[in-house]
Formats: sequence, C-alpha cells, structure tokens
Amino acid sequence: MSDYSFPVSVTIEPTATEPALGTFLERLHGWVVTVDHKRLGILYILYSTFFLLVAGAEALLIRLQLAYPLNHVLSAQVYNRFFTMHGTTMVFLVGMPFLFGFANYIVPLQIGARDMAFPRLNAFSFWLTAFGGLLLYYSFLGGAGLFGVGNAPDVGWFAYAPLTERSFSPGHATDYWALALIVSGFGTLGTAINIIATVISMRCKGMTLMRMPLFTWLLFVVSMLTLVTITPLTAAQFMLLIDRYLGGHFFDTQAGGSSLIWIHFFWIFGHPEVYVLVLPAFAIANEIIPVFCRKAIFGYPAMVAASVAIMFVSLGVWAHHMFTVGMTSASNAFFTLSTMLVGVPTGIKIFNWIATLWGGRIRFTTPMLFCIGFLFQFLIAGLTGIMLSVSPWDWQLHNSYFVIAHFHYVLVGAIVFCIFAAIYYWYPKATGRLMDETLGKWHFWLFLIGFHVTFDTMHLLGLLGMPRSIYTYQPDRGWNFINLVVSFGGLIQGIAVLIFAYNFILSYWRGKVAGDDPWDAWTLEWATSSPPPVYNFEELPEVHSRRPLWDLKHPDDPDWEYES
Amino acid sequence: MSSVPINHPGSAIEWQLPSKRRVGMSALIAGESAIFTIFVVAYVFYMGKSLTGPTPQQVLEIPIVGTICLLLSSLTIWRAEKAIEEERVASFTLWLAATIALAAAFLTNTALEWKKLIYQDGLTISTNLFGTTFYSLVGLHATHVVVGLFLLTATLVFSLFGWVDSRQSERFGVIALYWHFVDGVWIVVFTVVYLIGR
Repeated sequence: MSDYSFPVSVTIEPTATEPALGTFLERLHGWVVTVDHKRLGILYILYSTFFLLVAGAEALLIRLQLAYPLNHVLSAQVYNRFFTMHGTTMVFLVGMPFLFGFANYIVPLQIGARDMAFPRLNAFSFWLTAFGGLLLYYSFLGGAGLFGVGNAPDVGWFAYAPLTERSFSPGHATDYWALALIVSGFGTLGTAINIIATVISMRCKGMTLMRMPLFTWLLFVVSMLTLVTITPLTAAQFMLLIDRYLGGHFFDTQAGGSSLIWIHFFWIFGHPEVYVLVLPAFAIANEIIPVFCRKAIFGYPAMVAASVAIMFVSLGVWAHHMFTVGMTSASNAFFTLSTMLVGVPTGIKIFNWIATLWGGRIRFTTPMLFCIGFLFQFLIAGLTGIMLSVSPWDWQLHNSYFVIAHFHYVLVGAIVFCIFAAIYYWYPKATGRLMDETLGKWHFWLFLIGFHVTFDTMHLLGLLGMPRSIYTYQPDRGWNFINLVVSFGGLIQGIAVLIFAYNFILSYWRGKVAGDDPWDAWTLEWATSSPPPVYNFEELPEVHSRRPLWDLKHPDDPDWEYES
Repeated sequence: MSSVPINHPGSAIEWQLPSKRRVGMSALIAGESAIFTIFVVAYVFYMGKSLTGPTPQQVLEIPIVGTICLLLSSLTIWRAEKAIEEERVASFTLWLAATIALAAAFLTNTALEWKKLIYQDGLTISTNLFGTTFYSLVGLHATHVVVGLFLLTATLVFSLFGWVDSRQSERFGVIALYWHFVDGVWIVVFTVVYLIGR
C-alpha cells in the first residue's frame, strides 16, 4: 500500500546531495531564525510537550497534598500558586500551542501550499508565545520583586477581582500573570490571523471550501473563534494593569468598580476558549477515525455545519459559569437553554463519528485507540455538561469537585487524548519514523486506566460536597478514601506520560522507517516525502475531490465521480 | 502510478483566491473590534456610577473639529487609493499628505482636550470611574490613530523617494482598510462618550 510513488513527491534535484549539517551552533541558529511552517510547528509542539510535563508535575504535587487529610506537603500559599500555575499553564502554554503547532504543521500541507500566508508573522507569533511562557514561569523567581523571595501568581487561573487588585495581591506575581497572557495572547492572535489568511488565500487549485479536509476546516473555524475570544481577555487584562499601575478603578470595589464585570469579561473569553481547545480535538478525530476504519467520513457537510454552529452558539453561553453570582431568572433560563443548545451540533458530530465507524474495517493502532477513548469520554463529559447547565443543579455543585471532574473530562479525556492521537499519527510525517506501537499501547492503556481512576471518582467527591481550591480537609468528611484513589490514578497517568516521553524521544532514532504514507491515508500531507522538503511540493498539486490520494491510488474508482 | 487520471471534471478551472493581505487585515480588524467592544461595554456599564466628580456633563465638550478632521481623512485616503491604482503618483502623494495632516489635527485636538481635562478640571485616570473608563477608551482609540499615522507617514516618505507606484496599490489598500476601521471605531466612541454619555 505504501509503496506507491506519487508524482508530487519527487524532489527538485534528485542528484543534489544533502547539505552538510554544520556545527551545533549553526543548526541552532537555523532553528531560531526559521520561518518554515514545519519547523515552527515542531517548535510549538516541543514547547508545549515540555510545559505538559511541568504542569503535569504541578498536578501530581497538588494530588500528593490532597491524598491524605491534614497533609502538609505543600503550604496553603504554595498550594494556591500551584493550582493557579497548573491551570494557566495547561490552557495557555499546553493546549493552545499544541493545537496551533499541529495547525502550523498540517494546514499548509493539507491544502497543498508551500507555507503559511505570512511566514514571518508566524515566527513572530511563536516567539511571542514562547516568551509569554517564560515570563509566566519567571514569576517563580521574580514574582515578589525586591520585597522578598520569589513567588508565583496565586489568584486562580480565572483571577477573580478584587483579589487581583494591588491591595490584596501586592508584589508582582499577578502582573507576571497578566503580562504573560497578554504577550502570548498577541502571539495567538497572530497565528489565528495567519491560519485564516492561509486557508482562504493559499489553497491549491481545485481545493474548494467544501473539498478541504475537515482538519483544516475546523482549524479555520477555531481561528475565527480565537479572534473574538482571546481579545476580550487581552482587553480585560489591560484594564487590570491600568488598575494596578495607573490607579484605575475598573475592578476597584472601593471606588464603585464592579468585581462582577471581571467575571463576565473573563468568561466571555473563558467559555469560547473551551471550544477553541476542543474543536481542534474534533479536527484530529475527523482525520484519524476515517483513515483507520477505511471509510470516508460520514456526513461531511453536516460536520462542517455543526462546527460553524458550535462556533456561534459558544459565544452565547458564558454566564453558565456564573449561576451562583445571583442573576435574574431570565438570565438563568437563557444561559441554561443556550448551553443545552451546544449539545445539538455536538451530538451530530458524535453520531457522525459512530456512523463512520459503523461497518468499517477498523485498525486498532495507537492513534485510533486514543480516538475511540476520546469518543466515549467526550460523550460523558458532554452529559455532565448538560447536567451542570441546569442552573439549580449548578447551584448545588458549583465550585465543587464535580465541576473539576467535568472539565477535566473535556480537557484530558477529549483534548489530551486527541493530542496524543495526533502525535502518534503525524510523528512519522514530521520525523520519517514511526513511534513504537508496543510502548504506544502501554501508554494508551495505562493512561486510560489512570484517567478513569482519577476523574470518575472525582465526580463522587463533588457530589459528597468537596469544594475546589482547598489545600486540605478534615478527616471526618468521608472524603479520605476517594481522595487517595484520585491521587493514585494521577500517579498512573504520570507513569503513562513518562512512557510516552520515552517513546517520543527514542523513536526519533530507533523508530521504524515510515515512508511517505505509512497509514495509507488520503489527504495531501501524505503525498510528499517524510519529512517533507522545505518547499513541501515540487509541483503544487491539483485536487478534484475531498480525498486526493484516494483518487491517485484508485484511478478506476475516483471520489470525484460521486461528489458533486 | 505516474500520472493524474485524465478527464476529471473541471481540469481547466479558473482558480482565483482573495488577497491574503486583505484577508489578514480583515481578520485583525475582527479581533480589534472585540477589544474595543469590551472597552465600550465597560464605559457604558460604568456610566454615571462614579462616586465622586467631575462628571462628563461638567467637563466634556463635543470635539466637533477633531471629528470632522478624522471623518474627512477617510475620504482623502480613499482618493489616495484611487490615485495610486491609476498610477497618478503626484496626486497620490498629495492626498496622502492631506490624510496625515487631518490625522495629526485630530490627535492635536485630543491632546488639547486631555490637557484641559487634566490641568483645568483635575480629571485623571485615577480620579474616578469616569476618568478610568474615559482615558482608557479614548486612549485606546488614539493609540490606533498613532499606529495608523506611523504607517501613513512611512508610506509618504517612501512615496517622496519615488518608491511607490501602482504595484503597491494592494498594500496601500490594506493600510486604507485599517484607517477606515479606525474611523469607524471613532464614530462608535464618539456616540457613546460624547452623545450618550454626556
């Protein structure tokens, strides 16, 4: 299957020898000044893999502290810093850079382009994001400025006012938090603009919008959503800095300012942000599921329409994070209903994936296993989401571990699972070698078991009334055993991620040589060599259907005969 | 497998895609609009909620001259755009210089307004909620005018050196698009701050 040679994968000068690699410094310089979308994509992914390990370690320390009642591994202060840094890191330095890294690498290849629309803006965006992350972590050293030993922000990842005002958060830790997110926010904005321009203006001949691979389609939708999602946070953080440095009163309750408006601004960003993270996960599943069950995706137009619908509906649901602040009944009803409405397009997607699997010849490779895990877990996450959208139910469980379990089911059970699937799936394209399947299956099963041990039982803690953000608890609450189980599950996940990291590094040298198209897939990135040359395609391809490589491999039965 | 199958439908298709620069700028404008929306919402939310004076009714004057200048500059930049498309370089330079002069007049107007507010009326960003929201919103817009002014002045310098001709008309069109956006935002800011809020 994979010994087809594609006309587009020939290099320009087959006789030319590879240029010498040069010294280490020359190679490093090459990576620092690169504007190649593939190298930047790899940089994004390495950067977020590093922070995944860091924020994962923070999570394990949090769980170590909570494993026993009245435990004193971390002090209350350090505990607050750790959950703030864990949340901020996972959302801004792991989730978004991972997904934009994949977008950077895959989108130009899938639409048959030589690079992104604005390669230098692309490099600028990456370095902004990277320095944003460094700025955030520098706060561990410089957070308290000259007044004492260093500390990190401890205001929670949502940083509710007026806790963030200067009177309650002295020192510079909160400023590092705001500045780091403003800087990386501009990086994100640049990348989103770049992806939109690339998808609209750089498609190869014949790649109409309704022939684009669904991965590209969804990243396009995500980028449009990012434009209006990340910017409100940037605006709110400018207001916060005006308060902290210029003596403004935006969130200063002493001078008539409102803490409520920060909550609104934050969640106007914060809820669509969930879809910014989860739509790329859908995008990854859209690529992997059809390839590994050997069928075209079921209901392509419905998938596109559902994604666009999710984009619009997600902009009108933010106040379901705020049912307990005391809104009017009309607002409660509106946000309950709009939140439930998200379930409709999402349900369409789940049914389409199941219909794609139905009757397919499924190959249970590691990427496919992660995608199947994603399907089940995302369904459960969606169902607990519907439960929490009912405002009286939310009044009972707000800020309890039930909510924590729900959103970790989305962020880990859906998004992290899909990120792992994508790494296993596209690793051979980026490096030319496959990741080890045996280690991959160990990773999958351990991670799956660890995930369920942790987050299934965490729902029970919430129902038993354990609130979030407490650094310890009394032994007579009936939470002791479950907390121990949750922490134990975290340990299993940690081991699984270490196996992954080992596999990720080792396969670069020891992995099986992949060839151009190891999975017998159908989108254009598999038409070029692995790793692709700097210019991607010698001749820009021309496509006539949604699966251009299928047409090439099966000239007797091409797709374009069936697509209108 | 050496060739693409023959006779597929539409192999002689016309393939025209929109300009990537225009698309990029439109996307930036969408993002910027969200930033302005948040600042406008904050302004409207805090209208009349200041605990101390001065209030907008006491100190704000409608900046008619500045507003006319800024709105006119949209017209002049449109003329400049037409001129460069048709390769009339001298006319382009003239209209561009007029745009810059009008923008500078607007900024001067704002500067004088702020000077009066700070030194005569004692309104600073930390005085009350009105000061905080007013200087933030109007200042955010003025910052965008400054960025636009920088872009326009650079283009004027290039054009005085004779480096601009119709090949650059698409790029100049992108700057013009940004400038129209800055103008449009002023209409919103003007309405909210000086008409509704006063």
